[in-house]
Amino acid sequence: MADFEPKILAFLCNWCAYAGADLAGVSRLQYPPNVRAIRVMCSSSVSFENILKGFQMGTDGVFVGG
Amino acid sequence: MLTLTEVEEIAGKPGDFRVKVTQKPRFIDPTKCTGCGDCVAVCPVVCKNEFDLGLDERRAIYRRYAQAVPGAFTIEKHGTSPCKATCPAHISVQGYLALVAQGKYHEALKLIKQENPLPAICGRVCHHPCETACMRGEVDEPVAIDAIKRFVADLDLNSETRYIPEIKQERDEKVAIIGSGPAGLTCAYYLAIEGYQVTVFEKLPVLGGMLSVGIPSYRLPRDIIEAEIEVIRDMGVQFQTSIDIGKDITIGELRERGYQAFFVAIGSHECKVLGIEGEDLEGVYPGVDYLREANLGNHVSLGDKVAVVGGGNVAMDTVRTALRLGSSKPFILYRRSLEEMPASEEEIEECKEEGIEIHFLTNPTRIIGENGRVKAIECVKMRLGEPDESGRRRPAPIPDSEFVMEVNAVVPAIGQESDWACLTDECACTLSDWNTMQVDPLTLQSSDPDIFAGGDAVYGPRTVIEAIAHGKQAAISIDRFIRGEDLIEGREKEWKAIEEVETEGYDRIPREQMPRLPAEKRSGNFKEVQLGFTEEKVRLEAQRCLSCGVCSECYQCVDACLAGAVIHEDQTVEREIEVGAIILAPGFKTFDPSSFDTYAYSQFPNVMTSIEFERLLSASGPTQGHLQRPSDEMAPKSIAFLQCVGSRDINRCDHSYCSSVCCTYAIKQAVVAKEHVHGDLDAAIFFMDMRTHGKEFERYYNRARDEHGVRFIRSRIHTVETHRQNGNLVLEYVLEDGTVRSESFDMVVLSVGIEPSDSALELANKLGIRVNEHSFCEHSSFEPVSTSRPGVFVCGTFQSPKDIPQSVVEANAAVGAAGNLLEPVAVEPPEVLEVPEQLESAVFLDPPRIGIFVCNCGINIGGVVRVPEVVEYASNLPFVVHCQENLFSCSQDAQGKLKEVIQEQRLNRVVVAACSPRTHEPLFKDTVHAAGVNKYLFEMANIRDQDSWVHQNAPEAATQKAKDLVRMAVAKAALLEPLNEQQYPITPEALVVGGGVAGMQAALTIAESGYPVHLVERTDRLGGQANHIHWTWKGEDVQEFRMNLEKEVRQHPLITLHLGVEVTYMSGFVGNFRSTLTRVGISQEAMTVDHGVVVLATGGAPYRPKEYLYGEHQRVFMWHELDDLILREHPVITEGNCGVFIQCVGSRNHERPYCSRMCCTHSLQTALRIKEVNHDMDIYVLYRDLRTHGLREDLYAEARSRGVIFIRHSLEDLPKVNVYEDGKLEVRVLDHVLQRPIILQPDFINLATAVVPTAAGDLARHLKVPLNQDGFFLEAHAKLRPLDFATDGVFVCGLAHYPKDIEESLTQAMGAAARAGSVLVKGIWVSSGLVSHIDSATCVGCQGCLNTCPYGAIDFLDEQQICQVNIALCKGCGSCAAACTSGSARLAGFARQQINAQIVASMRGI
Repeated sequence: MADFEPKILAFLCNWCAYAGADLAGVSRLQYPPNVRAIRVMCSSSVSFENILKGFQMGTDGVFVGG
Repeated sequence: MLTLTEVEEIAGKPGDFRVKVTQKPRFIDPTKCTGCGDCVAVCPVVCKNEFDLGLDERRAIYRRYAQAVPGAFTIEKHGTSPCKATCPAHISVQGYLALVAQGKYHEALKLIKQENPLPAICGRVCHHPCETACMRGEVDEPVAIDAIKRFVADLDLNSETRYIPEIKQERDEKVAIIGSGPAGLTCAYYLAIEGYQVTVFEKLPVLGGMLSVGIPSYRLPRDIIEAEIEVIRDMGVQFQTSIDIGKDITIGELRERGYQAFFVAIGSHECKVLGIEGEDLEGVYPGVDYLREANLGNHVSLGDKVAVVGGGNVAMDTVRTALRLGSSKPFILYRRSLEEMPASEEEIEECKEEGIEIHFLTNPTRIIGENGRVKAIECVKMRLGEPDESGRRRPAPIPDSEFVMEVNAVVPAIGQESDWACLTDECACTLSDWNTMQVDPLTLQSSDPDIFAGGDAVYGPRTVIEAIAHGKQAAISIDRFIRGEDLIEGREKEWKAIEEVETEGYDRIPREQMPRLPAEKRSGNFKEVQLGFTEEKVRLEAQRCLSCGVCSECYQCVDACLAGAVIHEDQTVEREIEVGAIILAPGFKTFDPSSFDTYAYSQFPNVMTSIEFERLLSASGPTQGHLQRPSDEMAPKSIAFLQCVGSRDINRCDHSYCSSVCCTYAIKQAVVAKEHVHGDLDAAIFFMDMRTHGKEFERYYNRARDEHGVRFIRSRIHTVETHRQNGNLVLEYVLEDGTVRSESFDMVVLSVGIEPSDSALELANKLGIRVNEHSFCEHSSFEPVSTSRPGVFVCGTFQSPKDIPQSVVEANAAVGAAGNLLEPVAVEPPEVLEVPEQLESAVFLDPPRIGIFVCNCGINIGGVVRVPEVVEYASNLPFVVHCQENLFSCSQDAQGKLKEVIQEQRLNRVVVAACSPRTHEPLFKDTVHAAGVNKYLFEMANIRDQDSWVHQNAPEAATQKAKDLVRMAVAKAALLEPLNEQQYPITPEALVVGGGVAGMQAALTIAESGYPVHLVERTDRLGGQANHIHWTWKGEDVQEFRMNLEKEVRQHPLITLHLGVEVTYMSGFVGNFRSTLTRVGISQEAMTVDHGVVVLATGGAPYRPKEYLYGEHQRVFMWHELDDLILREHPVITEGNCGVFIQCVGSRNHERPYCSRMCCTHSLQTALRIKEVNHDMDIYVLYRDLRTHGLREDLYAEARSRGVIFIRHSLEDLPKVNVYEDGKLEVRVLDHVLQRPIILQPDFINLATAVVPTAAGDLARHLKVPLNQDGFFLEAHAKLRPLDFATDGVFVCGLAHYPKDIEESLTQAMGAAARAGSVLVKGIWVSSGLVSHIDSATCVGCQGCLNTCPYGAIDFLDEQQICQVNIALCKGCGSCAAACTSGSARLAGFARQQINAQIVASMRGI
């Protein structure tokens, strides 16, 4: 388990969390590369189905930012 | 947008102003700058970061903060540094010092060689005027610039691969250079770079001119000269020695051999004569000749005693050479004093070290011979008279002071001239009276067009660096001459050094000393005396540079910027702009607490200002939001916030006013700080009155205290001291009851107040705008955004201290006020996208043809992500028919190419893998649209902001992530569909609900801009609460204003008044509202009006209290009831002995946990009115926190000075009001200072009761806009959209929003009107294609979506029992789709299948 690297799926709200992720880039903040982000227009549009689909596809964790 | 611009002057009148502005250079073309920041990485100049209040550093090339608009970078360049301006060759001295300070020696050498190809030579013999000009000299000593240059050059000379500049393009034209001194060598170097065939002809058998035969090798070793010439030889320059032009070959013959231009740089090698008796004796040897022979290795014996005549470097070199070649006592005769001596300081010093005597103020008059040989020299003593034309004092002989010295030889070294034998008859050049060549001083062209000249041949004997400067200028001229270009254009430049350089605040650091060979090791040899600096010394020395010009002009950014956006030559631009109105929003500065010894801000590092602390808390701040204290970077365990620093204080500063914002921001900082250290932090706020008078602020205060555990300590601070060991701070403070306490904190934050900035006051002065006694912009309560100059408006903190919501409201109000001065502009109807049916079907029928464009973004992406590999990978993804990489996908030519490829390849889906869709999607969508493809068939993969920039050290993983992101985008793109945009005409009319001053003002402002307004008032009277108010807090007459406003409203042709009418039903959406107006109480009498926008100004009213015997006792009043008595001069006012005001009645309690904002001010205003008519009445104000915010604080100060007594109580211990049997009133309250109960027997009690909103629940429901817990309308965003609702087209103002005074209500009304106008002016409302749809076939009518939709965009259709989306209201959030259990609701562009495709694609590669 020591070298376990979780695979994270992120749903990011276009207006806040996605903008925040962009700002992290502009500020050159470094973070681990094993996250894949999907832009949504509001975190409220993320359904259970989306989250379960993520787990079904093998993600280790789902992050909903909004 | 004109940034870096200042207004200089305004002329003209309202509606027709001419504004003179000055725009300072940005030095970056904002249209080219991509904001990538590659320039920052190479900039060597470090400055304090002002945005972070100096808590960290930035570079001279910078962007103020990450989110700055425009996002382009800026270079801070104050001017040319004195070193560069003074250097004859204008080398970027500051630039190479900055590079050396960073260890970038190679870059430094390249920079030097842009102006000087002989740095190793110059680094030894230059007279370095740069050091004389160096501003470091003002601090301690000048930077040892020359020695640093020498180090850099030597490093290159000794390296395995020497720096040899790139030849631009090989050319056939031949150029002859006559003379191989510094001027000739330099000219050869720069012509070689241009690609010319250059031959250097040298008369002597060695190259280097005076460098080789004039300067002794102990100063300039021969291998150094040869090494620098070697580079020039490697560049293809031919050298021919022992060729005497004019004798061996003439210029005419060279012309015949195809040489197209000549540079005559023959130097001045002929020694001038002394012009005294005996000069023809044997033993008289000219200095230059002697040095030449010595340097060529021909021994000339001068004997032991040698008199060298002269004070320049040739004299010094001669005397020192003579010493080394066996003369035991060579000495100098110089006719002036040490001060005037032209030789370099170092040479004079080294001369003395070697035991050489210098006879100052001594001039030879005669050389005495014996047998034809020198025997002695007769000299005369001199004295200095008036200065001559050279500025030096003219020497004159002292009569009868002649004396004779025995000598073996005399060496005159008093100046040289040129030998012009090279100019044969075919040359049309002319010579000056001083026997120098006459040339144009700028181009160095002689009267013979193909002959140029420079160096000593033009100016007489001068310095190496001047010769080098000439060499480069000649090369430029010759290049232009051969190309047939204008020789002068663009070359006339005045080098002006920056004058204002900060020299204060630097530590004294002594200049590094040049190590020298000990004097005893110098005799009899020509070993180099100056030994050079070590790397360590060089770095330290370079760091002493003050960076005078800030930007050092090292030009590293020019190389780094692949977009070519850097313009170092950018100039200040002055221009005139024509405008109809002017709005001033110059902001504020925070109070500087340095002068307060109580708070010890300048003494202890852990005492910070709130604005510094704000940066410390910010994720984009100096510590990236990690809370740590400055002294030791430890996370603090306790923080004290001290309020009213620079506010409400006339002892230490002139700011008697309240800054209005500090209490709330201190609470916010305390709460955020606690969150940052996860609760393990003690935050204490030391305050006088807690002023949380803004909307929702009181609740925030309560939560901070009750839930976050922030301590609030009502006190005055006595002193701040520090523990020496740990840097902690000890506060001594006094509580309300006089108890003195002491407490220790890790940090102290000073909540500094706000004041108008100096530049704002300067601007006001320039424009002739009056300011008030607090230096804020003068304005009336009734025209809150108008300045004293018609047509010039004001908003924000320059008007008065205020918070962000109020500033934004005011900004809108200023727009409303200014708008009425402007001529209507024809608004272009927005372009509406309609998909031709043909294309639509084609897209559905055709299989996807996806094109992918992967951006390198210069090196921003390509420097981390292996772009070619991503392209290779992406081209194999399904449906991909085209894949390519771009350097900059956003550039104009890339857009053209994109369009071309879409059409050629018949692409029907486009994916761009580049930066963020948030910034660049609109650009690409436009291009896709222009190429004839529906713009919604576009997708981006964010491989920069969310990949290459955040995984800079993991290229492998970043490349993999880029592939994944592209794959996800392609998966979604394949499922994209073309979308339509809907348009709706806007009914160009407004409905204003409420006829108080806010409603009237809003109606009037809209009507003034040309739109019809329906103004609906439920009562039969206009004016609302203003009917009961007599004075503003500043004393202005409210009734007069109200009546005038009412008159204007009634007379306005565009306003339809509906009095005694209420809105009973409203439906529709932005641009298309329909309201039912019903006569109050008569439901049959109804009419409907159509309108495009709604302004809600439904108002509020004072709370009618049940407490304190109100309504039971006739002497208990509230609000205007007492004002009426004052107006009527009622005896209770004129003859009463005692009056009591009780504050916060019904406010700030459990039922209404909000502050009614204006009651404190109103009570004090009333108390002062009473004091005016009955000075002897005792007036008591029983309060909880006195909240006379902003400039209203003046009333508080005045009330205290007039003897009004303030007694504070708490919510837990409220005053008690009783009636005696005789009907007299009694008030009991605990005195907060004495801590004793007090009994008052007032003639009257006035209750400052809460302001409550008019019930507007029905209206809110019809419009689908929310109310807050207290019944006030809840705006879309407290700060960003304080006048709007989430529902478009609906706006709010006045008491319906929150309690406020007339000035603030009017401001809000004007602001709401401006917002409403911004909708009406559009004419057409276009909805995005990204909206939800509900499939009517599958909808089961559960209404889950309807309950979820935050915009009220979903209607339930009773008949069909299904839900339907109103596209005009839909904002495309997609929450309906998530809520829909039957899968009927679907957000176009982010549909379930599309997102699922992304999810499936996302995990394949990880």
